Amino acid sequence: MAKLRSPADLEKKREQILSQRDPNKPCVTICSGTGCHVLGSDKVAEAFVSEISKNGLTAKVDVRRTGCHGFCERGPVVVMFPEGTCYLGVKPTDIPDVVSQTLVDKQLVERLLYNDSAGKTIAHERDIPFYKFQSRLVFGNNTRIDPKSIDDYIALGGYSALAKALFKMSPEEVLGEVKKSNLRGRGGGGFPAGVKWETTRNAPGDIKYVIVNADEGDPGAFMDRSLLEGNPHSVLEGLIIGAYTIGSHEGFIYVRQEYPLAVENVSVALEQARKYGLLGKDILGSGFDFDVKIHRGAGAFVSGESSALMTAIEGKVGEPRPKYIRTAVSGVWERPSNLNNVETWATVPLIINKGADWFTSIGTKGSKGTKIFSLVGKVNNTGLVEVPMGMSLRDIIYKIGGGIRKDKKFKAVQTGGPSGGCLPESLLDLPVDYDELTKVGSMMGSGGMIVMDEDTCMVDVARYFLNFLADESCGKCVPCRAGIDQMVKILNRICEGKGQPGDIELLEEICEITRDASLCALGQTAPNPVLSTVQFFRDEYKAHIDEKRCPAGVCKALVSFYIDPAKCQACQICLKNCPVQAISGAKNIVHIIDQAKCTKCGTCYEVCPQRFSAVVKVSGKPVPASPPPGTEVMRKKGKQE
Amino acid sequence: MKLTIDGKEVEAEEGKTILEAAKSAGITIPTLCYNEKLVPYGGCRFCTVEISKGGRTRLVVSCVYNVEDGLVVKTVTPKVIKIRKMLLELMLASAPVLSELAKQYGIEKPRFQSEVTQCILCGQCVRYCAEVKKANALTFVGRGVNRRVAFVDEVVNRGVCMDCRQCYGLCPTGKIPRETDGAYFEGIRISDVLAQRRAKKH
Repeated sequence: MAKLRSPADLEKKREQILSQRDPNKPCVTICSGTGCHVLGSDKVAEAFVSEISKNGLTAKVDVRRTGCHGFCERGPVVVMFPEGTCYLGVKPTDIPDVVSQTLVDKQLVERLLYNDSAGKTIAHERDIPFYKFQSRLVFGNNTRIDPKSIDDYIALGGYSALAKALFKMSPEEVLGEVKKSNLRGRGGGGFPAGVKWETTRNAPGDIKYVIVNADEGDPGAFMDRSLLEGNPHSVLEGLIIGAYTIGSHEGFIYVRQEYPLAVENVSVALEQARKYGLLGKDILGSGFDFDVKIHRGAGAFVSGESSALMTAIEGKVGEPRPKYIRTAVSGVWERPSNLNNVETWATVPLIINKGADWFTSIGTKGSKGTKIFSLVGKVNNTGLVEVPMGMSLRDIIYKIGGGIRKDKKFKAVQTGGPSGGCLPESLLDLPVDYDELTKVGSMMGSGGMIVMDEDTCMVDVARYFLNFLADESCGKCVPCRAGIDQMVKILNRICEGKGQPGDIELLEEICEITRDASLCALGQTAPNPVLSTVQFFRDEYKAHIDEKRCPAGVCKALVSFYIDPAKCQACQICLKNCPVQAISGAKNIVHIIDQAKCTKCGTCYEVCPQRFSAVVKVSGKPVPASPPPGTEVMRKKGKQE
Repeated sequence: MKLTIDGKEVEAEEGKTILEAAKSAGITIPTLCYNEKLVPYGGCRFCTVEISKGGRTRLVVSCVYNVEDGLVVKTVTPKVIKIRKMLLELMLASAPVLSELAKQYGIEKPRFQSEVTQCILCGQCVRYCAEVKKANALTFVGRGVNRRVAFVDEVVNRGVCMDCRQCYGLCPTGKIPRETDGAYFEGIRISDVLAQRRAKKH
């Protein structure tokens, strides 16, 4: 393949690719993102290839393995173009039916379609509520391209923004457009990207770096991963445009080694871009040189912090620097280094192509464009969702997420990853944007959104996140290392029923110092899970401390299980399933839990048939006295054996 | 550069830190991880001060923050004292040896569960060995709450520590001379160590 030497060459290439592609030719796309991959999408794709060939359709149907479609809950996801028919939870054994009925007879395979709560099936991806309420501007192309094919990306208009920037715009004009768009960093802080670019651009020095931050480490977050895996060229295109604007000729993609598919797909993308003359010397014949190295991170959460990430690129331990000088001015090897998150970079080509005015027409006053969230937890439809800034939490959780699982009651949503906050039901109508979330004590972070139901203990949640941060703190500064450690110790004792009066206030005291005195953002935001749960769920803390009661029945030390003798039907299911043989009883004899032996694992509670519901969970009060051993069961009327 | 520290007009060269400027003006800011021979570390946060400029007030560590024209620095404010007190109380949980200093800040009975290591991870030993001695016989191991200082056996066994022992005097808690001496140097000859290693290999 000869290098593309001009924008005209690129256009010619695009026309050539398109001329070989019939938009009406059936195309089976199989999501091959990590979620679907784990659910067996590889086998589904292989089954399609062989079944299609068996039917002699190989020349008539394209099969494409694409990036993540986002609806991970129902994977493997298959979408058939040009109709857009969407099949969910597809297994290799389903493929003969799909090929014979859908590809040959143009009929739908009903059992694989989306089924809404009313039992109605929905055929097209765009009509499924999970997708219908999204605006997939950045993430949308994931479903249409094979991430290992640069031609797929070019066919959809890829690299046209780069050509436009290089040939029709000066670096100043690109900068002006990005500043005007008010694109804010998608990785955590929400700092305006244009302002950061300008700082690096104006910083003294000939050698400057541009860097992609793909050190996504929040529990439950995978949007950067899916974007990098599914559409690596969009990130690369944004990065090259940024480099041109800033005057950088060397870039890094800092990606976690734990994301093997992302590393692989990015490597392939760089190789292809170099071959096409879109990366390297004299890009598209513009005279602009730029190349990128991949730096594989060892997976420390703290390395997502800009100075820590840059220290890691230098080959040292990824610890934040104590300097008060911005990395945009003094970063990698003390040279001006502009770091942006994966999603931020991927948004840049859109802004260049469609203009800042278009971009600012989407979103809220202070937060423009769309944001990808990883919607997880106790919500019906988990997955990746991209929505305009300003959509309410309620709409995201109920309209797109389909509400809470098993019709349980909503309790809280945690936004912003481990350093974010937990927001209660009263804030469900909050429009999701940077400033609104910060105002209520949480943050946008990189876009994690963990939904919790009534069975969640908020003290336990705070403890979980603080435990994560205790492990992930680099340990360099005292307020973060020792502050988080002591908070964990206090939260542990509260959950163990050993909380003391004054513990809440003590937690708040540590929070204040950890927030104000820590070296980097990890420590400064670490108190958020504690502060927000104390603010919105203080009663729950008090119940643990004052009444030794866990209202959600989660904290093991504060719950007990017993069997209601009036309900027990002596079915022996709990007895057989108890892992520590703490349950005695026999046929026709009421079962009894030996409280001394019980480890409170809750197995009996889960296995007791719902029609009996004889196992009772209590917290904050003593277990009633057991009936004398050998008591015979009281049979339910009409259920005589 | 002209700045004000605790109401006193101070002149300092560009590139100097607030801590250095204060020192030259006879104002003491307490430190724990600072050592003038070493690159500022900003780990203990004990030298935190309040600065204001252009109507904006913020907290910074004085060992790292460089002087600026017109900067107003307050080294003792209720907030700063609150921070230092909490930091001491937190450190006390791992290093009870700091109790004398803690008493000066009015901490009589620490409220935190202790796990004594007698090390506050100021890193003076590690940094001195790397930056001044260029020996790298000490290093940090572990992350977060599991962070510890450790001697690098391979380097120690080469004998570099035998004649140096300069980290002994740097250690603010006295852990190194108290605990390390016996473990590494007294009575252990490097040749013995090497012989033992060879024997182990075979």
